[in-house]
Amino acid sequence: MRPGCRVVGGLTAWPLSMTDSSTSLRYQFDVSGGDFAKAGDASSKVKRILQQIGANPEIVRRIAVACYEAEMNIVIHADHGSVTLEAGLDGVTVTVEDVGPGIPDIEQAMQPGFSTAPDSVRELGFGAGMGLPNMKNCSSEMVVESEPGVGTRVRMVFANG
Amino acid sequence: MAQEFEWCSLMDNYCHSVHLVESKCKGCVNCIKRCPTEAIRVREGKAHIIEERCIDCGECVRNCPNEAKAVLSDHMAQLGEFDYTVALPAPALYGQFPEGTPPREVLAALLTIGFDHADDVAFGADLVAMRIRESLAASRSVRPMISSACPSVVRLIQVRFPNLVGNLIPVISPMRAAATIARYEVSRMTDIPDERVGVFFITPCPGKISAVNAPAMYEDLVISGAIPIAEVYPLILDKLRHSPDEINRVMDRLHPGSGLGLGWARSGGEVQSIGEDRQIAVDGIHSVIDILEDVERGKLSDIDYIEAQACVGGCVGGVLTVENPFITRRRIRILATEYADTVKEVESSPLAREVMAYEDWFKHDKPIEPRPALKLDDDMAVAIRKMDQMKRILDDLPGLDCGSCGAPNCQALAEDVVRGLATEMDCMFKLRERVRELAGEMMGLAEKVPPAMGHGDRKIVTSQSEGTEENDVVERSGGESEPGSGESAGK
Repeated sequence: MRPGCRVVGGLTAWPLSMTDSSTSLRYQFDVSGGDFAKAGDASSKVKRILQQIGANPEIVRRIAVACYEAEMNIVIHADHGSVTLEAGLDGVTVTVEDVGPGIPDIEQAMQPGFSTAPDSVRELGFGAGMGLPNMKNCSSEMVVESEPGVGTRVRMVFANG
Repeated sequence: MAQEFEWCSLMDNYCHSVHLVESKCKGCVNCIKRCPTEAIRVREGKAHIIEERCIDCGECVRNCPNEAKAVLSDHMAQLGEFDYTVALPAPALYGQFPEGTPPREVLAALLTIGFDHADDVAFGADLVAMRIRESLAASRSVRPMISSACPSVVRLIQVRFPNLVGNLIPVISPMRAAATIARYEVSRMTDIPDERVGVFFITPCPGKISAVNAPAMYEDLVISGAIPIAEVYPLILDKLRHSPDEINRVMDRLHPGSGLGLGWARSGGEVQSIGEDRQIAVDGIHSVIDILEDVERGKLSDIDYIEAQACVGGCVGGVLTVENPFITRRRIRILATEYADTVKEVESSPLAREVMAYEDWFKHDKPIEPRPALKLDDDMAVAIRKMDQMKRILDDLPGLDCGSCGAPNCQALAEDVVRGLATEMDCMFKLRERVRELAGEMMGLAEKVPPAMGHGDRKIVTSQSEGTEENDVVERSGGESEPGSGESAGK
């Protein structure tokens, strides 16, 4: 069910797009780095949309958690970025991309507990190093792409059923 | 739960305790803007409640400037329908009376004003707290667990946070516990048949009234009715001076709760009574929504238990109370401290031991079902198309959230349009825009003069767009009706 994450170095063009446009939706929400007050707004909007189209509650729950983690990563680490939701009959894809420092070693970042968050952020209860592992656990498939000094793109697929 | 909502003008239809007094409603937007579940729409100048979404929190009752939102409740007069009656006073009742009024005075007064017996809901709370502690210790698989004591919060979770239904603690509310104890006691003390025994909750809020009459998690109606604190308050106030003898005689038969049980009346009292470390107490329906959002994000998985109450300040802030909730809070705190030590006495009392032996009595009869009210259609393909349509409609609305269309905000209007409950022209601004377009078209038509009537020179020049001064004027007057041409280009 969950083949896990593929790690890709460098940013590539996405090969996939949602199949049938009449039965799929695409929403994009901007996220500002450092804006802790608004952190979580994009994930809340994503969750509401999924509830409105009647997505499976368990999938909504997993997406809400994963999407929030990803959004927090932008807020904590990046300059700015976006959360893109694509929802169709066969599943949901969430793409979170940012302009930011990038991840030098993705394998290392995937280790539970590994964190580069500054102490000031950890004191707020974030940056425990569980972000990426948690996102991987919640999604059916996750692809992380990053280029140091440029940015990061995480694509998570949540299969229906 | 398809796209069609049932419109419910609660004039004659008992589906919720909160209802509309139609003659007083002016069709203003105060209630629709404050409703936490966007359950109210103004139609034909009157507020209507969408039954599936209403959680009986009472926010609209609190915020209606015209007193047009009222609460359907049970009344003292119904006591006459039973052979034997029991009062279940909510702990918030004790805080309504002057400082220094001991709970036993209030209990004694309940017997003076017409009840045959009283079972303290604070006593029920003491037992429920024990059960919740056990339940939290027994399983750690779901965290955080959320209190199921406030019926409006339970309903909020059912309709707006259906994913969190499994987080609700599977332990009955103190009200329900007290009612169960009452029926047990009466069956031991008398031989009056169960259906002739009336058990009445003295309620601080409409949420409890709906919970009593249409409970989400029980099969039967153990509680016969719920009478507002505001209704019994003046009756009790009149009877507060009992002699010590009278009180002692009465107290022989009654079981007051401890200070900790009594503390459930105010926000924070429940977690204090349960006494675990990792707990949060949240009050006020909008704050509860914020916390539940955090739970759904997985942010609070290190918290064991959340006490959540719809009213600001907890039950003392219920719309059916009398006294200012901040004053009540203080009184409850004083009483809770004064009687805190009696909790051991309560827990080891013979009645508590007897009742606690029946484990099933403290469980909900049936699981709390999710009742998602956000879904646009049962068919996901249709829902997706509606969602897409909604996005386009919303992009086109002014985004002022003025409420003049009868929906609380532009997003809600867009949703109503795709559900077939409204049209885009319900928006005053869209309507004005359309009128302006039509007026522009009329102006344009009025300026068109048949060639037979002359002005041939101008017509020839303009049709060739030669850019004469006169032509500029004509172009500009055409430009003013741009919203029309802009709209057709945009679609």
